[in-house]
Amino acid sequence: MEYGLDLEYSFNEFLKGFGLSSEIAHIIWLPLPMLLVLVAAVVGVLVTVWLERKISAAAQQRIGPEYAGALGVLQPIADGLKLLVKEDIIPSKADGILFTAGPILVLIPVILSWLIVPFGQNLLISNVGIGIFLWIALSSIQPIGLLMSGYASNNKYSLLGGLRAAAQSISYEIPLALSVLAIVLMTNSLSTIDIVNQQSGAGILTWNIWRQPVGFIVFWICALAECERLPFDLPEAEEELVAGYQTEYAGMKFALFYLGSYINLILSALLVSILYLGGWGFPIPVELIAKFLNLPINAPFIQVFTASIGIVMTVLKAYLLVFIAILLRWTTPRVRIDQLLDLGWKFLLPISLANLLITAGLKLAFPQFFGG
Amino acid sequence: MNIAITTQLICFTILSLVILVGALGIVLLENIVYSAFLLGGVFMSVAGLYLLLNASFVAAAQVLVYVGAVNVLIIFAIMLVNKKEDLKPINDIKSRRIISTSICLTLLSLLIRVDLTNVWSLSSPQNSIGEESTFRIGEHLFSDYLLPFEVASVLLLMAMIGAIVLARRDVMSKDISTGLPVDQELIEKSSEPLLTNKN
Repeated sequence: MEYGLDLEYSFNEFLKGFGLSSEIAHIIWLPLPMLLVLVAAVVGVLVTVWLERKISAAAQQRIGPEYAGALGVLQPIADGLKLLVKEDIIPSKADGILFTAGPILVLIPVILSWLIVPFGQNLLISNVGIGIFLWIALSSIQPIGLLMSGYASNNKYSLLGGLRAAAQSISYEIPLALSVLAIVLMTNSLSTIDIVNQQSGAGILTWNIWRQPVGFIVFWICALAECERLPFDLPEAEEELVAGYQTEYAGMKFALFYLGSYINLILSALLVSILYLGGWGFPIPVELIAKFLNLPINAPFIQVFTASIGIVMTVLKAYLLVFIAILLRWTTPRVRIDQLLDLGWKFLLPISLANLLITAGLKLAFPQFFGG
Repeated sequence: MNIAITTQLICFTILSLVILVGALGIVLLENIVYSAFLLGGVFMSVAGLYLLLNASFVAAAQVLVYVGAVNVLIIFAIMLVNKKEDLKPINDIKSRRIISTSICLTLLSLLIRVDLTNVWSLSSPQNSIGEESTFRIGEHLFSDYLLPFEVASVLLLMAMIGAIVLARRDVMSKDISTGLPVDQELIEKSSEPLLTNKN
């Protein structure tokens, strides 16, 4: 908290210059970061959709979208517009209220979780004390929305998809939480800011991926399963279940599911980069660069440089992981439901438990490397 | 009255209304699926009340445990055994209703008595610890509340093993209440790949 840009403080001081009270200034400030993050999330989805189309095309030796804008960059916007103007159909035998509430319940927790994603020392919506725990709690709400839409569609494929989604989500949440717990044990804090700061000692050498390699892999597998990406996309397996819980959906309600799953993918990638890849940290510590350039760490130039490199690094790491996820989706076959549950309960759960125990032991043995 | 207090009051009113209406809906609605979803809403609103009391860790734990685990499992169970059956009309429904109403009223009077006799105000406003509460809860769980904590975990383990024994098909082949063979069809069961059977 000693250095870094504090936009909220400067904004409030700026408004107070016009004679507004600090309360009013705070209320004017509040929606700004929220809107910014929402816009960032949606733009991130557009980029990811374009990447998915282009990378899948490359994996299958096609060209992919190329007429909408240069290299087809406008294709996701065309997709979105198409979904926006499509007719909104509720099947006549479906349950109207639950059918509408389902997609909303799926999307809201995902967007709320962006509350804790930091892009820099002060560049996040709120540094809540429970930090990463909030994300775990919020992501557990999602299966209710999936079950709701699966039930309300009044279609056996939808119901099966909803049940599968819930089963998958419950089984992979536990190893996910356990591998986060190992990180929290090393940090002594649940806050995402503290987690990143704890990794910032010597640049790339102190990133958590070196101290938690098993946790990193378990977390990544579980995050992919929570996002329902191939190889774990059983809830919407096209060949078996048409499209799972999305079968009866059209237009904007389908777009909510679509948006939710992609926002969730980006969020998971961001969290992996925060928990294991040093968050906004540059591979070489910024303090060293500042010393090399003979500039004080509080100089305005260095502060702006740190903030912008923070955002660039966070986004870069996240999109590297998104790239790996897309590549995995187009190159791996889907697992069966019993293989999926076996992997979750009989492999990942014991491994993440052992990882937690070993981390606790190492923390006692080598407090200087594993957090004191 | 400043903005913070007004916001708090509005949030409290909305949350309490949702809790009361939702709880009534759980009991009074005919459709059990609606009741299960409303239960989730009530749990969420209770988590909101915890947030208003500055207990963010308890609020998140409430969402994780009650909404994410308990409620999802309830809905899951309802959907797995979603049988449409006509319930037999009960003859002495009136006397049953009278008995249950009196029991509920007794419990309510007990709660009201607790409410009136307990001293709710904190000794000093500095007692609220806010974000530090996570550490405090951890300290208490591993010092003076260690025994209850461990006993609770053993209890949960026993419940889990019991559930596994009950669910194992080779242990329970007959329905306890009717004595008929249990319908052992699961919606999805692990099976050999189709191709291996054909060869």
